[in-house]
Amino acid sequence: MDVSQYLDIFLDESKEHLQNLNTSVLGLEQDPENPETIGEIFRAAHTLKGMAGTMGFKRMQTLTHDMENVFSEVRDGNLKVNAGMIDVLFRCLDAIEEYVSVIAETSDEGDNDNEPIIKELNDILAGKGSGAASGAAAETPAAPAEEAAPATSAAANAGAWTGIEFTDEEQKAIEDAMMANKKLYGITVRVEENCLLKAARAFLVFKAIEESGEIIAANPSTQDIEDEKFELEFSLIIATEAELDKVLADIKAVSEIADAVGAPFDGDTAPAPAAAPAKEEHTEEKHEEPAKAQTAEVAPVKNEVAKKKQDGGKAAAAPAAKTDKKAGGKPAVNRTVRVDIEKLDSLMNLVSELIIAKNSLVSSATSDSESSSNLHDQIDYLESVTTNLHESVMKVRMVPIESVVSKFPRMIRDISKQLNKPMELYMSGEETELDRTVVDEIGDPLMHMLRNSADHGLEMPEERLAKGKPETGSIFLDAYQDGNNVVIEVRDDGNGIDTERVRQKAIERGVMTEEQAYAADESEIINLLFMPSFSTAKQVSDLSGRGVGLDVVKSKIEALSGEVSVKTKLGEGTTFTIRLPLTLAIIQALMVVVGGEKFAIALSGIQTIEDINPHDVKTVESKEVINLRGNVIPLLRLDNILGCQSTRNPDKNMIVVIAKKGDKLAGLVVDELIGQLEIVIKSLGKYINKCKFISGATILGDGEVALIIDSNALI
Amino acid sequence: MANELSTDVNEITQYIVIRVGEEQYGIDIKYIDNIVRDQRMTRVPQVPAHFKGVINLRGEIVPVMSIRVKMGLEPDIETKDTRIIIIKMDQHEPIGMMVDSVKEVVNLSAAEIERASFDKGDGQNAYASGIGKHENGLITLLDLDMVFQGL
Repeated sequence: MDVSQYLDIFLDESKEHLQNLNTSVLGLEQDPENPETIGEIFRAAHTLKGMAGTMGFKRMQTLTHDMENVFSEVRDGNLKVNAGMIDVLFRCLDAIEEYVSVIAETSDEGDNDNEPIIKELNDILAGKGSGAASGAAAETPAAPAEEAAPATSAAANAGAWTGIEFTDEEQKAIEDAMMANKKLYGITVRVEENCLLKAARAFLVFKAIEESGEIIAANPSTQDIEDEKFELEFSLIIATEAELDKVLADIKAVSEIADAVGAPFDGDTAPAPAAAPAKEEHTEEKHEEPAKAQTAEVAPVKNEVAKKKQDGGKAAAAPAAKTDKKAGGKPAVNRTVRVDIEKLDSLMNLVSELIIAKNSLVSSATSDSESSSNLHDQIDYLESVTTNLHESVMKVRMVPIESVVSKFPRMIRDISKQLNKPMELYMSGEETELDRTVVDEIGDPLMHMLRNSADHGLEMPEERLAKGKPETGSIFLDAYQDGNNVVIEVRDDGNGIDTERVRQKAIERGVMTEEQAYAADESEIINLLFMPSFSTAKQVSDLSGRGVGLDVVKSKIEALSGEVSVKTKLGEGTTFTIRLPLTLAIIQALMVVVGGEKFAIALSGIQTIEDINPHDVKTVESKEVINLRGNVIPLLRLDNILGCQSTRNPDKNMIVVIAKKGDKLAGLVVDELIGQLEIVIKSLGKYINKCKFISGATILGDGEVALIIDSNALI
Repeated sequence: MANELSTDVNEITQYIVIRVGEEQYGIDIKYIDNIVRDQRMTRVPQVPAHFKGVINLRGEIVPVMSIRVKMGLEPDIETKDTRIIIIKMDQHEPIGMMVDSVKEVVNLSAAEIERASFDKGDGQNAYASGIGKHENGLITLLDLDMVFQGL
């Protein structure tokens, strides 16, 4: 038995509560008296404590417990919120976050006790005078107090364990234990009525007992207890060297255990006649398990692994695989998406429609009297169903970006304190949805950009006042959907990018010659900022200025098939704009033929398709260009780029696909157009993805593989 | 792979024997995911010459390399015997290896395997982990780690 099956839920919910706590504490800083916020914080801390306790993460539990104590005093009006306290609370949240991430990686909370934080929390409690006493007092009776109400009605049935029937092996184990001069006790444990994870509680009870002794028999069997096949009580016969009171105290220390009673056991109970073979099996397991647990207590993770391997039949395939991962030191967390039930319903509907469509196709295939036009109707129907199905599945993959951006206010607050620069973050469009894979990846780049704005963008308050700007700087994070894209803007009202300085820097670094630098226009200069190791910050600070920010941002966004652009006005501020495709998996594409091979070009990057007379192609600086309605557009011959031979008659008019990237255009010369197609993007894998302008591949209806040309990489 | 050649002389390893040019090579069967006939290949531009392209293997895109080109032999001539061996090594994505033909499966005990004692220089020898002696002659056992190194 182990609690790993609850681990995913635990991690998920802990993160959610932590996020809530962060947001609430931030709110508390603005409005220290708000009783609603205080109540919310108290509840979240309490739940977090309870969850950590359930899972047996004692250090995390202790820390959250102390934090909860502080809030309970605040809630009761015995303590006032002040800046120092907020700081301690944030540090405390960081520490809990660390526990959670360590747990996610190793399934164990690590051995950081975070004593300084606990001490500070207790100092806060002590700081209110009489608080020390009541705080300490609250510590121990906290759990029993909760149980006080149900306790009267929940007294465990004292004699229940006498009903345990023994198998031969159990009987032998009892005799062995008596020979070894161990004490035998019969114990009956009762869990609270409203306990949610009874099996988890039982497991913690087992663990508590195994610390000092071993379990010889149980009723219901340990297997049934693990499977939660018991009401509120279970009885155990244990062999131990410890005193009964201590064992009972250990058991009661497990939260949500209502009561535990026990008495010495003399082993006189007559053995049950032959037990069912199935039961014997359990017994064997049971004997081995405590033994293992004893030897492996120091390394609980290993213990779990060992147990799982030992009774592999019992462990489901999925958790087993997870265990393997754990052994490899990789995070044990499954990536999940929470799905709105309505989205699932619509999926279900579509699947039923699909089945109907299939059935009618089958029937028309078997009855040959049907006309062929009927068959066409059915294929049309099937097509519309599959398209809708695609769309619905894509919607299921979409999650709001809120989960990522909600941690930013806290970050800006910290930076503001650290730099002594008053600033405020305004966010909008947190509900904008993006593909889960994109949302997971977008957090780091956004963080870099916000830090950038906070550190480099915004001026120091004196400077701002001197310029007639409000003392407090503003940073805006706006997200919105624009056609097939999602746009995220990071904007600040700071000083903007000093292109002159960037220019100087470029010359200094030898990135550009002086001539080049002065010939380059504004946007070319700004693009230099995205080059690796190019930083203009006069001083390298903790936050940014190492020149590892923007180039990483750029490559990350491009890996997500997105693009970044910058607009800046000296003295007024800078805007970074990230444009991301709504979803990565399915796109609308234009299918073309070049040199007899089929390629796909994402429709989102295409402006128009033009028919160009070969005589209209001009040469500028030995590059081919065309003049399209007054725009001079460079021409890219795809056959050369793709390394194949065009099959088109060179005298005939050329088919030119005009691709756009931001405000830049380029003409891609292709041999033939096939048409528009909805394609599923597949990765080429890491062996063969060296080619910059091939963003992936797709499988066509006839099973052929067509490569996808990334027009953005070509321009 | 070399260190997996156990000293236990009774340990049997199964190898799939392939033909490349005039020589026979053996690939440990546990790395083989599938063997497919030569099929429609999509060329990928700007990749090293030993990559033939990608194929569609039941909805997955799998890159295919030519062991001939990798070993410095003349390029493959595709015949009806040409096969693509899909190799799946732990922690790696599947990759296809085009070979002239697939002959048989042999059982080799550790006693029948002679470890590569020759100098691992360049060319064909660089990819050998040992030589297997079988009734039909000698089989060069491929060291897949070496073959896929630096791909």
